[in-house]
Amino acid sequence: MSIGHPEIPKPSLTGFTLPLMAVAGLCLGYVVGTANGQPLLGLIAGAAVAAALGYVLASFVPDRRVGRLGTAAVAAIAGLLMAGVSGAVVGVIIGLIVSWFAYWLSTGDYRSTVPVYATAGDVLWHNTFKLICGLIFFFLIAPIVVVLPLSFNAQDFFTFTPEMLAFDPEGYSLKHYRDFFNNPDWTRPLKNSFIIAPLATIISVSLGTLAAIGLSQSHVPGRRAIMAILISPMIVPLIISATGMFFFYSKLGNWMEGNLGLSQDFIGYVKVVLAHAVLGIPFVIITVTATLVGFDRSLTRAAANMGAGPVRTFFKVQMPLILPGVISGGLFAFITSFDEVVVVLFVGSASQKTLPWQMFTGLREQISPTILAVATVLVTFSIILLTTVELLRRRSERLRGMSPT
Amino acid sequence: MKLTKTLLATSALVMSAGAASAIDLTFVSWGGAYQKSQLEAYAKPYMEAHPDVNIIWDESSAEAVAKLRAMNEAGNLTWDLVDVDAADSFRLCDEGLAMEYDPDELLAPADDGTSASEDFGAQIVNACYIPQIVYSTTFGYRTDLVGDTPPSNICDVFDLEAYPGKRSLEKRPINNMEWALLCDGVAKEDIYDVLATDEGQQQALAKLGTIKDQVIWWSAGADTPQLLADGEVVMGSTYNGRLFSAIAEQNQPIGMLWDAQVFSFDGWVIPTGLPEDRLAVVKDFLFFATDTQRLADQAKYISYGPARASSAPLVGQHADLGIDMAPHMPTDPANAQNVFYYNFEFWADYRDDIDAKFQAWLAG
Repeated sequence: MSIGHPEIPKPSLTGFTLPLMAVAGLCLGYVVGTANGQPLLGLIAGAAVAAALGYVLASFVPDRRVGRLGTAAVAAIAGLLMAGVSGAVVGVIIGLIVSWFAYWLSTGDYRSTVPVYATAGDVLWHNTFKLICGLIFFFLIAPIVVVLPLSFNAQDFFTFTPEMLAFDPEGYSLKHYRDFFNNPDWTRPLKNSFIIAPLATIISVSLGTLAAIGLSQSHVPGRRAIMAILISPMIVPLIISATGMFFFYSKLGNWMEGNLGLSQDFIGYVKVVLAHAVLGIPFVIITVTATLVGFDRSLTRAAANMGAGPVRTFFKVQMPLILPGVISGGLFAFITSFDEVVVVLFVGSASQKTLPWQMFTGLREQISPTILAVATVLVTFSIILLTTVELLRRRSERLRGMSPT
Repeated sequence: MKLTKTLLATSALVMSAGAASAIDLTFVSWGGAYQKSQLEAYAKPYMEAHPDVNIIWDESSAEAVAKLRAMNEAGNLTWDLVDVDAADSFRLCDEGLAMEYDPDELLAPADDGTSASEDFGAQIVNACYIPQIVYSTTFGYRTDLVGDTPPSNICDVFDLEAYPGKRSLEKRPINNMEWALLCDGVAKEDIYDVLATDEGQQQALAKLGTIKDQVIWWSAGADTPQLLADGEVVMGSTYNGRLFSAIAEQNQPIGMLWDAQVFSFDGWVIPTGLPEDRLAVVKDFLFFATDTQRLADQAKYISYGPARASSAPLVGQHADLGIDMAPHMPTDPANAQNVFYYNFEFWADYRDDIDAKFQAWLAG
């Protein structure tokens, strides 16, 4: 009876769609009811309204678009009457979700992505699995998304004000963004981060790539031991490395100041860049080693056979082929340095203050939404950076005919 | 010939410019509104008068003791002037990490000629400490969450029936233990005698225990204003300047409970081991920054009382809002009817012991 059949796509209205709609309504109604202080009433009203809606949509409104827009409009008006503009927005969202759910159930859409021979249990598991995946994405993304609207807060607190919830323009402001781009407390760390991270990345990419290539040669003695040592900055707890680096680089800095006569400020940058490069090297080594596994050694021998020296072979043959690994290693190194707060707190002095450092002290001393504005800018920046690199990588693969599609 | 002369002249010019070149000083402070008040009241005016001096701020005062120790061990001093709590200055001075100074030589006399040591008086709590301000740790409450009779007595904090809801208290025994004993019927003058005994400490913790499950513990001065703004707590302790900023500058529905506020001091210390040239600039800055007018100016930006007696009459209006600052000072007679003074000797002796008991009680 539960074996799917292409000729009977529509499930039973009273035995399937309506009970499930009622359950969905129960959940939503409970949430809305609790928010308004009457969970029980919300529970019952939600179930009744959802079941009734399912019946009406499934029986009388075959056109999906009309049904969904109509539901959203009715829900919006109800929300507007209950809680103003924010209620209307919530109403539209709930209306769209509930009506989509009603059609998804009543038209048999929920089976559309599984083979016709799947049992009821298979279908249930398939959709539960999708739900779990969705919840995991929500779990990963929600904390990041929450800060975005808060960064437009007109007040100086991490709080959704009543004006914000009512979508009153008065409750929103760009002042935290203005503060970020105009206040020297923030522009200086921004500048420092953009000085330190690229330099550290260049150093770790050059050294890390060389190390990975060397370590991939089978004749190097003690390869595993060397590899373990080079990877260790990633494994040793950061606070331990930071303490060690503090004392090591203090001595190094004193030596440079005393014997080379460099300025304290310049030495400070050198110390932080070197420390961050050390942290970035393991990422480069790991990604480049992984790409080298797929690298065909006979190509270098062929190049040598054609009369190219090792340096020329490296740049003309090997480098282009392992470039994706080098780039993603470089990205990791860049982000490591750009996000790093522990080591720079130890090794740097106030004139090398980076963005994460400023955000850290900002959170501790003054809970200011400027931090959220910075976070929003950085999230946007990271997304753009990763998208660009991914697009470039696909393009180069397509050009070289490596992509399977 | 001419070319050589020009070259010589240019290089001489470059060298003299190099000699008088800009000096970067790193000052350590607390960040936030307090650091801003220091910047506006004296760092900016000083930099305008001395364009060759550039001041960089490091918001590390909270870890000043630990960081100065580490810098001293590594022989890598990167700080030139450090703003610390008076209590921390005792530790730094005892360990020789802060420099001792002569108040009458380093600091400016008052306008009427009163010597600096007399003008600051008892606020110079030890040989290294250069006083700036008096602040207090006190309570703020949500005016819309406390009903018709707002709290007016410190013991209202412990009264869950009259004022139900969460409170925020600092995650350390200092101040909390004193308030608890006071509200458990111990007379104000006996508090430190009682607190010196194990029974007294248990009594204070037991009193705190009556509200323990309604307490949110804070560790940064900005926490309580945030919790009050969210309405997550009905009342909470923090530094009075933070509450002033939330009330007057952010227009939050918050009221002040000044009863049994605890006075403490904040000031500069000079780290030991500064090179001569930097020390000279730091001393010059301190002479300027702690004079009568500059300390009075600081009160335009934050509601902390100036440490000099001669500055008090000069306290004016808020720099942006134009409101009189005097009624918002912890030292204002109306606010200072019932005041505790942070007892340095007591806490220096008992801090480690009571800290351990307090943390164990928190975890238990």
